[in-house]
Amino acid sequence: MSYLEYQVKYVPSGFRKLLHLNWPIVFLITAVSGFGFLMLYSVAGGSMDPWVTAQAQRFGLGMAIMLIMAMIPIWFWRNMAVVGYALALILLVLVEFIGVERNGSQRWLDLGPMDLQPSELMKISLIMLLAAYYDWLPLNKVSKPLWILVPLLFIAAPAYLVLSQPDLGTTILLVTGGGAIMFLAGVHWAYFATVIAGGVGLVTAVFQTRGTPWQILQDYQYRRIDTFLDPTQDPLGAGYHITQAKIALGSGGWTGRGYMQGTQSRLNFLPEKETDFIFTTLAEEFGFIGAFGLLMLYGLIILFCILSAVTNKDRFASLVTLGVAVTFFLFFAVNMAMVMGLAPVVGVPLPLVSYGGSAMLVLMVAFGLMQSAHVHKPR
Amino acid sequence: MKRGPKETEESARRISRRAMLLGTAQLGVMGILGARMGSMQVEQADTFRMLAEENRINIGLIPPARGLIYDINGVVLADNEQHYTITMTREGAGDVDEVLARLSRIVAIDPEQLEKAREELRVRSAFVPVTVAQRVSWEDVARVTVNAPALPGVVAELGRSRIYPQGADMAHVVGYVGPVSDYDLSRIDDQDPLLQIPRFQIGKTMVENRLEQELRGSAGTKRVEVNAAGRVMRELDRQEGLPGADVQLTVDARLQNYIQARLDGESAAAVVMDVTNGDIKGIGSAPTYDPNVFVQGISVALWDDLNEREIDPKLHRRPLAAKTVQGTYPPGSTFKMVTALAALEDGVVTADETIRCVGHSDVFDVRFHCWKRSGHGNMNLNESLKQSCDVYYYDISQRVGIDKIAAMGRKLGLGERHDLPMSAVRSGIMPDKTWKREARGEEWRVGDTVNASIGQGYVATSPLQLAVMTARIATGNAVNPRLVKSIDGVEQPSGAGESLGLNENNLRRIRRAMFDVSNHSRGTAYRSRIAEERFKMAGKTGTSQVRAIVRDENGRVITRNEDLPWNARDHALYVAYAPAENPKYAVAVVVEHGGGGSVAAAPIARDVLLQALYDGTPPLDAYPSAVRGQIADQQRRLSTMIRDIQPGRDTDQA
Repeated sequence: MSYLEYQVKYVPSGFRKLLHLNWPIVFLITAVSGFGFLMLYSVAGGSMDPWVTAQAQRFGLGMAIMLIMAMIPIWFWRNMAVVGYALALILLVLVEFIGVERNGSQRWLDLGPMDLQPSELMKISLIMLLAAYYDWLPLNKVSKPLWILVPLLFIAAPAYLVLSQPDLGTTILLVTGGGAIMFLAGVHWAYFATVIAGGVGLVTAVFQTRGTPWQILQDYQYRRIDTFLDPTQDPLGAGYHITQAKIALGSGGWTGRGYMQGTQSRLNFLPEKETDFIFTTLAEEFGFIGAFGLLMLYGLIILFCILSAVTNKDRFASLVTLGVAVTFFLFFAVNMAMVMGLAPVVGVPLPLVSYGGSAMLVLMVAFGLMQSAHVHKPR
Repeated sequence: MKRGPKETEESARRISRRAMLLGTAQLGVMGILGARMGSMQVEQADTFRMLAEENRINIGLIPPARGLIYDINGVVLADNEQHYTITMTREGAGDVDEVLARLSRIVAIDPEQLEKAREELRVRSAFVPVTVAQRVSWEDVARVTVNAPALPGVVAELGRSRIYPQGADMAHVVGYVGPVSDYDLSRIDDQDPLLQIPRFQIGKTMVENRLEQELRGSAGTKRVEVNAAGRVMRELDRQEGLPGADVQLTVDARLQNYIQARLDGESAAAVVMDVTNGDIKGIGSAPTYDPNVFVQGISVALWDDLNEREIDPKLHRRPLAAKTVQGTYPPGSTFKMVTALAALEDGVVTADETIRCVGHSDVFDVRFHCWKRSGHGNMNLNESLKQSCDVYYYDISQRVGIDKIAAMGRKLGLGERHDLPMSAVRSGIMPDKTWKREARGEEWRVGDTVNASIGQGYVATSPLQLAVMTARIATGNAVNPRLVKSIDGVEQPSGAGESLGLNENNLRRIRRAMFDVSNHSRGTAYRSRIAEERFKMAGKTGTSQVRAIVRDENGRVITRNEDLPWNARDHALYVAYAPAENPKYAVAVVVEHGGGGSVAAAPIARDVLLQALYDGTPPLDAYPSAVRGQIADQQRRLSTMIRDIQPGRDTDQA
């Protein structure tokens, strides 16, 4: 639907829009972030510094951005999709050349007062572009091979750039998130089946040929994959961290060791305890009840997003909302699987809880889009 | 894109269907995550909790205080000294070089140690304290404390270490401790975790080594919380260990001090034993060394020195050897009492029977000489011992036979390993026919008996064994030596023994002869007699050959000891007990390559006995008037080496 098709009487205007916000999502986001402040206070050894204050300021800023975005009609954002994607892609290319390198990967652009991570911007831009693309594409062309190639290129271009930074976590998020929107838009399931079967076949081929004269990869590459998949093979490197994370998590038990009583985080056994591994501290101090509670909060956020999407007749709005939900889901599912030893360590933060400005702002922007879609629902 | 209502409916329907599918998949993934949480946090919680505790808690050992060693009067022989060590951490110091420079300006630090500390500070973790200076004085500690603001990361720590207040005097009795080495660990079967503490001190020799188990005590433990880097965050609890047991020796530190002073300059050994109960009152060996240098870490130069690396092996005086138990020597004429007693007990000779000494005796076709080439004339038992005639013993030994002589020797404590808690105690050799067959694979010859009868040939005895022999002759009882009076206040078994079952008349004749050796004008030790009536001494000289015959450059046999090179000279021996009427102490003195026993060994034995009997410096009246001037000089000379040792606390709890 275009701007002209909206029947103005069905869409709230002015401050009345505030009443039509998806308030449960606002509350859930605040609750999860509050959980995050609590944990950041704990891992700092009972101090607002260095993390809680900064994180709370970003949360406030993010909340404001979300509300402002929610006030702007969704069709404006649809029209911005192509521009946003192009901008994000240009910035990604720029990062290749003039990016700032930290911890061995080149992800940041130095913007004076703050650093910008274009890959974060791309997470949203890609969702918007794909949603806009499928909004534009007639339904009967959705499964045509030529019209599938276009979104694949949209995904592949940033994915390649991000992977070369290197940032495997974001790459997975981009590819999986993009694929999910294609799936939601109604691309025939046979394509997905083919891709999955092909992927499984390739992995099988790679591993089956190992040790034979016609093996696909070099020996050292296999060994690298081995440590990646099973970090315990490298007990002093990656394995040490994941082992300590599992110990922290497991030792929480039912009710946890008590707030600020977790020995694993208190005594620095945990790696990156304020960022990627913050969930282990939470699980250690609040136990199964706390950890499962957080999972439930995340689940509710997903649920409200899906409910909002399926009740929205606007194809772009619906796809964007679901895209936000999928990205959000991927964030916490990959992070939790990672710290629980179910998935390799790829560096994905726990959404709204891990310390970090870019991730927090990007998520709030994503929820701003989702709220905009919700507020401007055709009724 | 413009869409009709129908197409819009279709789009929404498809999206909803796909969203439900995706939502279900997400629910499934969340189910897996939840299940994983449950399995880890509920089912395996105990395992992970334990792992977390293991991570967190380190068990540290608290070394116990080592037991002290006292002498018979409670004088401390081995003490635990508290000393200050200056340590420094890299993280505390910040600028290591600057702080070290400041520190060395106010405290004198060995440059070598400083370089070592600098290197260690560089390689160790930032929070590990590195020793910069050891055994610093209280003044230095005070200076460091006052200047603490300028010396970040520098701490004076209290440590504990062994110290031997008696210095070199007790080295050959108490021994020393040293840091446990890999060699120690491989050699001893000891599961004590204390031994795993780096540089933990264990007994290396002598009493310190032999009574290690008693002295060591048991470890205490402390549980500390550590962080991932291993830094101690806090102490959770501690359980103190048991300090080691205190040990009291029978040795008298003052007498020992005198013995070491008197032996100084010689390569010699002297043992003083209480004949009534076997208590070793003094057991000195010269030269000696300061055991404290081993505790603090001995320098290479000093170690080479003590091992006489730079010295001609012919002149080795073995300062590290306790010659009292580790040295064995042919007893020479001091063995004659054994031969005489064996013959008397066997009845092959009576005390009054005379044997003519013409200066030599022919056994088959071999001629054995008496030390007096001109001969002693007619000798009975008393005269033969008094004048130490050899021919008399050549004769009676052939009558009684080696096996009975050896049996008597063993009865008197020779050839037996008296197991004092000292290192490498030797058993010597008391040869008989069986021994020769087993050890040498040869048959015993009569010549061997003749040689053995005057304590030459195969006979080898330690000074300790000679002291035991003398005590047994003096009492007629099987006295055993005892070095440890009590452990942890528990009195150790006395050395007093049952009667040896020897004929009292025979013993009396031997004792009378020994009395005459020292107090009859023709006795070999008459010049070294004791004048004081109450303390008259009975003894026997011995001069044992080290090698058969030495010729000078013209091929003539050298007979005068003074003309021989040091290592070819005879060993001088003397055994004695006093008072002769009511024996209290037995003494045995061996002076390696000292020459004649009457000249080199007897005066030492006399001085030591008098020192023991008077419990201090004897009055000059105790000596014969002829030697008093010389003794006064000697006492003046020794007084610089005699320390004023005050009796310690009364440790006699038994």
